[in-house]
Amino acid sequence: MLYNIFIDPFVQMAGAPDLLVQALWDGLVSGVLYALIALGFVLIFKASGVFNFAQGIMVVFAALTLVGLYEKGVPAWVALALTLVVMFLLAVAVERVVLRPLVNQPDIILFMATFGLTYFLIGFGELVFGGNPKAMITEQLGLPRGVIDVEMLGGRVSLQKIDIAAAIIASIMVAALAVFFQKTRIGRALRAVADSHKAALSVGISLNQIWVIVWFTAGVVALAAGIMWGARSEVSFALEIVALKALPVLVLGGFTSVPGAIVGGLIIGVGEKLGEFYWGPLVGGGIETWLAYFIALAFLLFRPQGLFGEKIIERI
Amino acid sequence: MNGQTMSGQGMNGLALFSRRDDSVAKGEPLLTVENVSLRFGGVKAISDVSFDIRKGEVRAIIGPNGAGKTSMLNVINGFYHPQEGRISFRGQTRRRMRPSHAAAQGISRTFQNVALFKGMSTLDNIMAGRTLHMKRGFFWQLWRHGPALDEEIRHRRVVEEIIDFLEIEAVRKTPVGKLPYGLQKRVELGRALAMEPDLLLLDEPMAGMNLEEKEDMCRFILDVNNAFGVTIALIEHDMGVVMDLSDRVVVLEYGRKIADGAPDEVKASQAVIDAYLGVAH
Repeated sequence: MLYNIFIDPFVQMAGAPDLLVQALWDGLVSGVLYALIALGFVLIFKASGVFNFAQGIMVVFAALTLVGLYEKGVPAWVALALTLVVMFLLAVAVERVVLRPLVNQPDIILFMATFGLTYFLIGFGELVFGGNPKAMITEQLGLPRGVIDVEMLGGRVSLQKIDIAAAIIASIMVAALAVFFQKTRIGRALRAVADSHKAALSVGISLNQIWVIVWFTAGVVALAAGIMWGARSEVSFALEIVALKALPVLVLGGFTSVPGAIVGGLIIGVGEKLGEFYWGPLVGGGIETWLAYFIALAFLLFRPQGLFGEKIIERI
Repeated sequence: MNGQTMSGQGMNGLALFSRRDDSVAKGEPLLTVENVSLRFGGVKAISDVSFDIRKGEVRAIIGPNGAGKTSMLNVINGFYHPQEGRISFRGQTRRRMRPSHAAAQGISRTFQNVALFKGMSTLDNIMAGRTLHMKRGFFWQLWRHGPALDEEIRHRRVVEEIIDFLEIEAVRKTPVGKLPYGLQKRVELGRALAMEPDLLLLDEPMAGMNLEEKEDMCRFILDVNNAFGVTIALIEHDMGVVMDLSDRVVVLEYGRKIADGAPDEVKASQAVIDAYLGVAH
């Protein structure tokens, strides 16, 4: 038994390195996408201290808007631009209708409000675009399709082109955001708002403006994530479940850290795939669905602020 | 202070407060509160209160607990909007104002129960006070070279001066959540100063401090008033401090103004004595 857990998987890895590389690649790619979704959560959490339960549905909603507009006859690139406009309007609307009346309320109230937002977006999306799964308009947006096969390590590793594109786009977005959050004025203002509403107000930071910026940025990130996930499977409300995988990623990386979201995403993505591939058979398979949560739980015990999260300070 | 550019250095050789707004002469009313009433539902927090704050003075607002002192500060810097009455700052009257506008006009404040950005360092907290002075837009900041970086460095210098002035060099990089209460209050004062305000509102700046810390704080407040010429309105319960620091005192009780004048006059007022000591009805 111990041999099966601790030695055999590694023997397998060494025996078929091409399979290992394939599993690693698959893991990294889903990791990047997890990271992208998690990033949306981090943005809003950093700026309002609120866990935005609606982030998952925002991913679906953005993708659905894009595809829905295209189906209604709008050219693909125009649809993309219009979707960005819609995400901006959504940010403004959320600020006006949800956040502004709730300034200075406890975080839990705002958290509950994002639940409401989730169900609103589901209903609204279904009303306008219908509830049927749709295919992402991958080619129309100029995203590559197909497979590159690489001969290596005595075997063949196949890389989906769309996955490569996803990795590149995600990396660029992540890098831009990471720089932005470090020592810029707006980055500091975002952190200030997250820390204390009234203090931020008193130094002249406009909460309204900051919130619109943050929710719009989160919307753009959601759109990118939606396109990528949609291209791998299809655009439907079931995506929301996948989006909640961002939760263990956040626990791992820290709710307030952009680099954390990335590293956490990669760890979870790779961990899942390797776990499923090498250890899954031991318990009859299917561990991919829960392994991430298991890792997160273990992490909570030892480092509740995550790998890169801000240290929790409490004077007693 | 609005719209002027940051240029040169002031008489004191510091970049801080190197430019001053002199549209209001010393001794003239900088802020006037006229017949202000504030209600929360059926509760009247402030009833028909009028007073003014003159340029360059230290104005104290005192009164028993629940008298409406903090509400008054919240009205002045735009957190609350009074149902009745008018407030003029530098001659401009307004009915409703948002806190960010008040800040932009040159009103900064501290809070009764310290409101700092706990996870951020002392430096970053005070830097946050410079928000309104930093102009470079979003994309410059993404780039983080050239103008945006210059700006960051220039403001950093001002912040270092404040840190020097308040003698908090030792805790520059410490997250403020870790600091003892007295130091937190000092950092909060620093953040308010970083805004280079014309009017500084201090809500119980000495609450919870020991004698030594109180003396330090008194010194800082007087220095800010004298050296930088900042007009100050403060709420304080320590009567010794109030009588020493302030030029004029306004006394509130149950949301009404019951006395207004120099410290000695106020001290002698029968209404004030009754309010503080209680009176047999």
